[in-house]
Amino acid sequence: MEDVAVIGVGQSVFTRSCGESIRELCFDAYREALEGLDITGNDIDASIICSAPEYDKQRSPSGLISEYLELTPKPTFYVETVCSSSSTGLRVAWSLIKAGLHKVVAVIGFQKMSELSSRDAAERMGRGGDIIWESPFGITMPAGYAMYARAHMAKYGTTEEQLAKVRVKNSHYGATNPKANYRKELSLEAILNSEMITSPLKKFDCCANADGSSCIILASGDVAKRVTKVPIWIAGLGAATDTMTMAGRESLTGLRCAQEAARQAYKMAGIKPQDVDVAEVHDCFTVSEILAYEDLGFAKPGEGAGLIEDEETYVDGKIPVNVDGGLLSKGHPIGATGGSQIRTIVRQLRGEATEAQVNGAEIGLVHNIGGVGQYGNVTILRR
Amino acid sequence: MGFENFGTVSFTAEAKVADFITQLEAGKVMATRCRKCGGSYFPPKADCPRCLSSDVEWFEVKSKGKLTSYTVVNYGPSGFENDAPYILALAEFDEGIQILARLSRDIEEEDIKIGMNLTVNPAQLPDDRIAYEFRRA
Repeated sequence: MEDVAVIGVGQSVFTRSCGESIRELCFDAYREALEGLDITGNDIDASIICSAPEYDKQRSPSGLISEYLELTPKPTFYVETVCSSSSTGLRVAWSLIKAGLHKVVAVIGFQKMSELSSRDAAERMGRGGDIIWESPFGITMPAGYAMYARAHMAKYGTTEEQLAKVRVKNSHYGATNPKANYRKELSLEAILNSEMITSPLKKFDCCANADGSSCIILASGDVAKRVTKVPIWIAGLGAATDTMTMAGRESLTGLRCAQEAARQAYKMAGIKPQDVDVAEVHDCFTVSEILAYEDLGFAKPGEGAGLIEDEETYVDGKIPVNVDGGLLSKGHPIGATGGSQIRTIVRQLRGEATEAQVNGAEIGLVHNIGGVGQYGNVTILRR
Repeated sequence: MGFENFGTVSFTAEAKVADFITQLEAGKVMATRCRKCGGSYFPPKADCPRCLSSDVEWFEVKSKGKLTSYTVVNYGPSGFENDAPYILALAEFDEGIQILARLSRDIEEEDIKIGMNLTVNPAQLPDDRIAYEFRRA
């Protein structure tokens, strides 16, 4: 069977408040994804629209976005796994192409969160848990991850300062990313002294809600070779889940969905963790990045904090991670995030990541998590 | 009655396991066990996905639990603004189940230790609402 490649990537600028409609927001990413390609919208056989519902009034956004981009009468549909929606969209697009049903598929992720107050957005996220048994206690996404952080600290001695060092790194790279919402470097002191949101996570341990869009265009191998000079091949895909409830979790020191998705993706790509040249991981909170180091096998369980202590995840380190600033700097427009991570890795593998290029990167990895570890997607890309 | 008065904010009322609330009002926190395969469930399930039976029985969570993890929530979502700060916790019980609930307000933050012994008990909330919470064992 033929291979599948990413041929185009785009994202809007991620901002706290975009002042646009969701269709216009999606156009920004779509235009960038088509730039430099020898195809037009007429060549796109299907589109997959990815976001988390309940942030906008529009029901069934696929039809709306498809019309605005003039993708009708081609099929379009909606995919949702909360914060990992667009990685799930990529997985579905891959299988549509692999099955021979379509040659070119666009995966468009978006979220406009600014129409809700911060507390209302937190309430929506709380309902991303079990609404009978856990949401009525006031669970939130930060609170769920905070419990992982506390358990990791208790078992392995991970410190709040080590968590903060993740933000120091990501703010360093975010400062030069023109698409990021937060473009300032943060000092260790500023992070440690920021207001406590849900202990032990402070304001600067948390990513910000944002408005944004992303677009990834995938094509079958024959088309990819024809329409782009540098196709980026999808080498491995992994997807897994864990329980919706926190009560169902077997361990709070790692995300089982990420461990399982990584195992699948490495196996499919025929590589090991040490073969990865550059990675994008789902740093919705600082602790999430440390869990990701361990869940992806970049560090042994309990040793994730050592990687950031030793600055091994900076551009010149052993395994550069989130050198575009991560969710912590870019902001986290839920449905757009996975596509933005893919875009960063594709630019790295093409050698186009001028702000923070990892020299000679050939293999890249994307780790994208939905909810508090409910949905895990790992994607491995190869030049 | 269903889940309409459960927790600070409830989002849905109807469930086959609504008896949980009746028993909670009578002072008991219950879980379910499948009569066919013995699988135990918390949150309670009216059905057993392992053997596809709906013949389940209630049992009370009576053991001492151990605190798995916790967080002090300072920023409450809409509907929970007036509750904050509150402490969310997970505890593991001998019955082979884990429960998420709040820590009782009489436990001071500096006294919390991962692994500490807790019990799970019904808790009356303002406005005739009801939940369960963890207390020091």
